Amino acid sequence: MHPAIQGLLTIAIGVSACVGYFALSNQFLDKVLFPAKGPNAGRNINRANLIRPWLFLFPALFALGLYLAYPVFETLRLSFSERIPGGGYKWVGTDNYAQMLDDRKFKEAITNNMLWLIVVPAMSTAFGLLAAQLTDRIRWGNLAKSLIFMPMAISFVGASVIWKLIYDTRPVDQDQIGVLNAIYLALGGAEPQTWLTIPLWNNFFLMIVLVWIQTGFAMVILSAALRGIPEGTIEAAIVDGANPFQIFFKIKVPQIKNTILVVWTTITLTVLKVFDIVFAMTNGQWNTQVLANYMYDNLFRANDWGVGSASAIVIMLLVTPILVWNVRNARKEMR
Amino acid sequence: MDNIAGRKSALNWVVQISVFLLVALWLFPTVGLFVSSFRTADQIATSGWWKSLFPSEQNLVIRAADPDDFRIEKDGLFVVEGNLFDGSGAKVISVWGTSSRAIDAYEAGQTADLGDGETMTVQANGDYVWSGNDEQMAGRGQRVFATAETPPEFTVKNYDTVLFGTTDGAMAKAFFNTLTVTIPATVIPIIIAAFAAYALAWMDFKGRALLIATIVGLLVVPLQLALIPLLTLHGSIVELWIDILGKPELENARRFAEVNPLGELLGYQPGDGVNAKGYLGIWMAHTGFGLPLAIYLLRNYMVGLPRDIIENAKVDGATDFQIFTKIILPLSFPALASFAIFQFLWTWNDLLVAKVFLIDASGKTTVMTNQIVELLGTRGGNWEILATAAFVSIAVPLAVFFSMQRYLVRGLLAGSVK
Repeated sequence: MHPAIQGLLTIAIGVSACVGYFALSNQFLDKVLFPAKGPNAGRNINRANLIRPWLFLFPALFALGLYLAYPVFETLRLSFSERIPGGGYKWVGTDNYAQMLDDRKFKEAITNNMLWLIVVPAMSTAFGLLAAQLTDRIRWGNLAKSLIFMPMAISFVGASVIWKLIYDTRPVDQDQIGVLNAIYLALGGAEPQTWLTIPLWNNFFLMIVLVWIQTGFAMVILSAALRGIPEGTIEAAIVDGANPFQIFFKIKVPQIKNTILVVWTTITLTVLKVFDIVFAMTNGQWNTQVLANYMYDNLFRANDWGVGSASAIVIMLLVTPILVWNVRNARKEMR
Repeated sequence: MDNIAGRKSALNWVVQISVFLLVALWLFPTVGLFVSSFRTADQIATSGWWKSLFPSEQNLVIRAADPDDFRIEKDGLFVVEGNLFDGSGAKVISVWGTSSRAIDAYEAGQTADLGDGETMTVQANGDYVWSGNDEQMAGRGQRVFATAETPPEFTVKNYDTVLFGTTDGAMAKAFFNTLTVTIPATVIPIIIAAFAAYALAWMDFKGRALLIATIVGLLVVPLQLALIPLLTLHGSIVELWIDILGKPELENARRFAEVNPLGELLGYQPGDGVNAKGYLGIWMAHTGFGLPLAIYLLRNYMVGLPRDIIENAKVDGATDFQIFTKIILPLSFPALASFAIFQFLWTWNDLLVAKVFLIDASGKTTVMTNQIVELLGTRGGNWEILATAAFVSIAVPLAVFFSMQRYLVRGLLAGSVK
């Protein structure tokens, strides 16, 4: 069967199965199980209303449980076990973690990830705040925002190609086609550099790609927050003779502190999961390994599910503080 | 007050210029790729794309027409006349020469003395007159080294090669594969999530707050954790499937040894294998991974809908199911659109999930992101192919982005993002 037809069929089957399930299960509940007539009509309606939410929720809970909740525990279990050739698992305690901690590549990945975690959210938020503030008061601000926001739509892989062209290197006697080398030579650099192979610095060249993508996101959120600031506070500051910088840093930024924090944590989450950029641009060579790519290497190249799962658990641990914070905020909002 | 107003306008200029620079900086990388996709391999390899927008000076080596075929006898001399650029007329020669050691020996319009009465004249537009005696005007055409001003030149040939070429044509197939992954993976979670969101927003039951908190928590679970367990799960579903429709082979439980009538009805034969990787698997995976955000966004939106409408409907005797399909769903269109865009962009741009759940060794089910990564590996130097392939894959999300930006922004503001 042609995959496109299969796709259409799946949509049709999936959609009609979902709609059918919801419609039929509701009918069944109201007409067969607890009909709203006869001697027990009142009790039946109440009972039906007790069950109905779960009919609505069931497909979602099933999918969430199977595709997100169960894997978390299963990965945790796998990280403490080892595959026996021919099938089955053997409990090995913390061996996988010990092996991982001894791995030079893992240490490299952790160090680099920490660097990513500091640089990318900080730079994206800073650039986003700058762009939000600057575009807010000019006439073509919306167009400017739209263009800065655009990289959000570009895949990490596409962005990697875009930036690889910028970092491209040609031999010294040829015209440089990568703009970074062209600028470097024009500014008096001795010979073209292969940017992605210079240890430590190459990490920053990879981070720039993500900063480029995430700045638009930060800008959109922060710009909305800036607009939400009560005009009165700003007018009062102007009357008191504050200059534009004071207004920005002393009046506006403190008022949108919470939004900045949300933006920061959201980008942090993206950073922790960043895989495509490193995979496509350096594949972790030249000291650019990160956790997500390290995990992929272990799972699918080395075929070591134990260490791979252990590194996935490390990513989960790094995410957990944000998870807890988010859940607490959500609960506070609901009250 | 004048003083402040004056400063304000100066500041305004600084702001305008800074924004312009910022936008230029952000656009520059994408424009580079876009321009490169319209240049030939030669052009990309020899000059930076930013130079291609302006006329460039090129050193060309061109041969005059073959004298054996084109020479004409005139006043006892043989003459070959023609145009170095076949009359295209776009290039302008400034200096030229007939030897590689002196490529700038003559200016345009000058006549070169090639010895023993053989001469050559080259005009700025490429017209040349080359004359000499019978012996000189034989063999191959005279070589001309010209330095010419060349106008910008672009081609759509790359797109032809990438989309329809035989070897690189995989991109067209990858395009449709990506589409095949994306659409069901966007539609299915929306339906499932909408019902759940309605229950979480407008139905009262025990444990609702806990469920909402759980979904907020699942929102940030890295999908990296799900890869191996789900791959194993899909494997065991395949094995179960084979057990139902027949008997598996001893050494490979994912291949039929025998097929029962039900299996035959579905078109299986002994020896057929069932792949744990495939579209069904990736649709399910994307559905699972997209659900927390979908439920979260839709619930937040539905909670904000006016209570009166829903209560009036209830008083009029509408059931929850009717309220949901007739009132809530149409009213929630903006939130549905927001999520649809997120999920579309995310599934279209995804590499990891496709690599794990879809792409097998057969190479039939590759998606565009994977195709590009492979091009990066095997043809890292072929920028014309890479740039074009990348742009083909970027084009659809960009179109969606620019046409539906409103909903995207709304969605971003309504909740956090994965």
